[in-house]
Amino acid sequence: MPEAANAREAILNRIRTANNAAKATAHAAEYQAIERSYQQTTNLDRETTLQRFKDHLHEYDAHIFEAAPDTIATTIAEVLKSLNQKSAIVADNFPVEALPAGFSWRRESESTTEQLDTAEGGISACEVAIAHTGTIILRGSRKMTLLPDRFLCVVHENQIVDTVPEAMARLEQYKTEPLTFVSGPSATADIEMTRIRGVHGPRFLDVIVVRN
Amino acid sequence: MRISLFITCYNDTLFPETGKSVVRLLERLGHQVEFPLEQTCCGQMHYNTGYQIEAGPLMRRFVETFKNAEAVCVPSSSCVAMIRDHYLKMAETAGDPGLVQAVESLLPRVYELSELLVNKLGLEDVNAYYPHCVTYHASCHSLRSLHLNDLPLRLLRKVRGIDLVELQGIDQCCGFGGTFAVKNGDVSAAMLADKLRCVENTRAEVCTAVDNSCLMHIFGGLHRQRTGIKTVHLAEILASTEDEATQ
Amino acid sequence: MTIRVGEAAEAPSFQKAAFKLLDDAQLRKNVRHATDVITGKRAIVVKEQQDWQQLRATASAIKQHTLAHLDEYLLQFEAACTADGGHVHWASDADEANRIIVDLVKQYSGKEVIKVKTMTSDEIGLNKAFEANGIHPHETDLADMIVQLGHDKPSHIVVPALHKNRQQVREIFMEAMGLAELSDKPEDLTNAARRYLRDKFLNVNIGFSGANYLLADTGGVCVVESEGNGRMCVTLPEVLITLAGIEKVIPSFRDLEVFLQLLPRSATGERMNPYNSLWTGIGKGNGPQHFHVVLLDNGRTRILADPEARQTLHCIRCGACLNTCPVYRQTGGHAYGSIYAGPIGAILTPQLFDMQHSQSLPYASSLCGACYEVCPVKINIPEVLIHLRGRVVREQQSGANIEALGMKAMARIFSSSRSFEAAQRLGHIGQWPFVSEGWVKHLPGMLGNWTAVRDMRPLPKQSFRSWWREHEKAKKENADA
Repeated sequence: MPEAANAREAILNRIRTANNAAKATAHAAEYQAIERSYQQTTNLDRETTLQRFKDHLHEYDAHIFEAAPDTIATTIAEVLKSLNQKSAIVADNFPVEALPAGFSWRRESESTTEQLDTAEGGISACEVAIAHTGTIILRGSRKMTLLPDRFLCVVHENQIVDTVPEAMARLEQYKTEPLTFVSGPSATADIEMTRIRGVHGPRFLDVIVVRN
Repeated sequence: MRISLFITCYNDTLFPETGKSVVRLLERLGHQVEFPLEQTCCGQMHYNTGYQIEAGPLMRRFVETFKNAEAVCVPSSSCVAMIRDHYLKMAETAGDPGLVQAVESLLPRVYELSELLVNKLGLEDVNAYYPHCVTYHASCHSLRSLHLNDLPLRLLRKVRGIDLVELQGIDQCCGFGGTFAVKNGDVSAAMLADKLRCVENTRAEVCTAVDNSCLMHIFGGLHRQRTGIKTVHLAEILASTEDEATQ
Repeated sequence: MTIRVGEAAEAPSFQKAAFKLLDDAQLRKNVRHATDVITGKRAIVVKEQQDWQQLRATASAIKQHTLAHLDEYLLQFEAACTADGGHVHWASDADEANRIIVDLVKQYSGKEVIKVKTMTSDEIGLNKAFEANGIHPHETDLADMIVQLGHDKPSHIVVPALHKNRQQVREIFMEAMGLAELSDKPEDLTNAARRYLRDKFLNVNIGFSGANYLLADTGGVCVVESEGNGRMCVTLPEVLITLAGIEKVIPSFRDLEVFLQLLPRSATGERMNPYNSLWTGIGKGNGPQHFHVVLLDNGRTRILADPEARQTLHCIRCGACLNTCPVYRQTGGHAYGSIYAGPIGAILTPQLFDMQHSQSLPYASSLCGACYEVCPVKINIPEVLIHLRGRVVREQQSGANIEALGMKAMARIFSSSRSFEAAQRLGHIGQWPFVSEGWVKHLPGMLGNWTAVRDMRPLPKQSFRSWWREHEKAKKENADA
């Protein structure tokens, strides 16, 4: 479309002309020279980081359970039983050995949107978690962690970092994949600044922290 | 010290008592005060309202008037902000290297009153006596341009006989804003109403600040509402002693 | 080229609008409450962030650098996005953007679109363009939904419906959703919205979003939200169209580590907002099958050309400046007549128009500086306001208006001590018609705004310099004696 090409060239030309007129590059640092003296690592030890993660999840009423690497399945079973939940959608890459028997599972890629919408809950692992902000970061699994009203996430202790910069460093290798940062159930304060939890997306978040 | 006084155009015309108090105070502290009569205005009103061209000559005049001063004392934080925040850029825009150099040389010698007393002269107790209940309003320029922090409060706390009450919303703009007060009179009045409420809630007899611009706006409302509360510039409080009973 | 910023070109002056809005006690109460809550929360999370000032400094530097190389970064974004299956379109102005987006929807045979919050779509007037072409847009942000269903206008960047209370929202929902019964409890109102929108999310095939950040190195997009409707709109539909101002691009994925720490704290006073979605192109297919990005200029390149004011384009739309502004606190957002309100609106809106409209906005400020203090990307809004006032004055049709004449006269008065002292003497004489019972009761013209609400003393009998002359004379006489 000739029109489209015109707009593109016109915009780029205007940018270049504007930047030349304003001598923009003279006043701006080169990318590598931009000063970054904000905190990029942590002084906290593992236990403190883990505790901070739990505290911040508690702040938005997530339920936290602990498991060992070989008790993940039994812990999942306990959690689901306590919720009276008999089935779940499971992320495609979630290991089958971590799933307890006696429940009805369906993999994400084998589920229609309608099945996701009516599912009792979803289960997935995560890529990395941030203690300071109480954030869990998912790679893929976007629909199944969005449509059901409950979301159970298995977080390994060594996936938890303290700061946002540390998390971004870990995500660098996946930076072109769909990533979702989850920091609590959805919320709105749009009506009289009253904070209401759970607008769209799961209203209930359960987290199993797997100790090394 | 030889201290040159830049009284500011509006203090000269509307609040001469503030200037007299600065002179009295500094002479009492043993310093020599000079007042170059060529001074007029720092140019802030013009500059901030969009008449930057007209402010140019005023800037030059200030620099010329005070170029040999040992220290310049200014009892108005908004004027100091004008000088500190804008003079250098104005000189650079004018493309006048001599002027740029003159501004750079002069800037470190310009002090708002409480800066002069505390930072330059190292004083917090200036031997003042002011037996009244007083609340302090932090003007926007003093807070966000000059970063005076609590300099004025440190001076006030050392005044004998004073009863200092904290002002709620101390850092909320009073709504003066120079020509804003007339160009956006309604919003200015609304902001003033909030500030008056806070002042009245302190039950103070006097509201003080380092800027008479804020104070004349606040007093205008305090008097219109017949509250009986007065506004008094910091200089007048600090100049007050048992002998002189300044009010 | 038609630059459009919503309906700002036709809006009344700030002064006119403010006068009416100051009479709305409900509005003022809501605005005060909302801004108090958010500024309180913000203060807490900023205080606990030890490296807050360092983050601000880096963010400002990143933005400054990016704008200086904006063409390169946009091209890099375009290449990377396209390589991953996305399509990038460029729009010089509002009309062009609307045309592109409407054509895309038609191309996919869409009659409805689910929309995630983006002020940019209000800026170009997209919903009107949709409706004119038989396409129905559904706003899915709760506040935007309240505004849309109530046939109203947003009044805040982050909390657009803060001027509405629960009773008003209840009425709007009951009517629009056809509900016989509905309580006014915020939880129940929110549940009603959840049910109403669920149906739309599952069945409407075309999603429309804005972008908080465009990532040049990956060609990715980042959307920051609280409610989950963003995730719904960018994940479920087959087609996704994303509209973004050209200033939204940042150099790299890693740079998000700075902005994702600044934005949530500044916007809603949280360490992190509930959901951030990042995606690139159409990826492996677990999401929209067709992805289009529309890059919008609409006056931004003009702002770029102004060295004093280009920092305006650093804005990350957090709304912190609105929340802290003592002027906004009194009037709310409608007074600015623009989708971009508050301090940022006062500098962005008129500049998009190259100062042809919204000239009252740069004066809608007392220059208190609170906005600059909280801006996460360190836009020196007071400096830009002063600069824009200079443009308004210099670009006036005639310099013969009363204010300009008055200012020129004052400048002459200040040009020498002689003329200054003469004016002081004249003032003493000339004030008498306005003085009654020892007070100045009324001043002429615009100065009357002063005496309308304030008492004023007449000029003191003796100016300071007059006293000084006597003081010096007395000192000299004492010294000589």
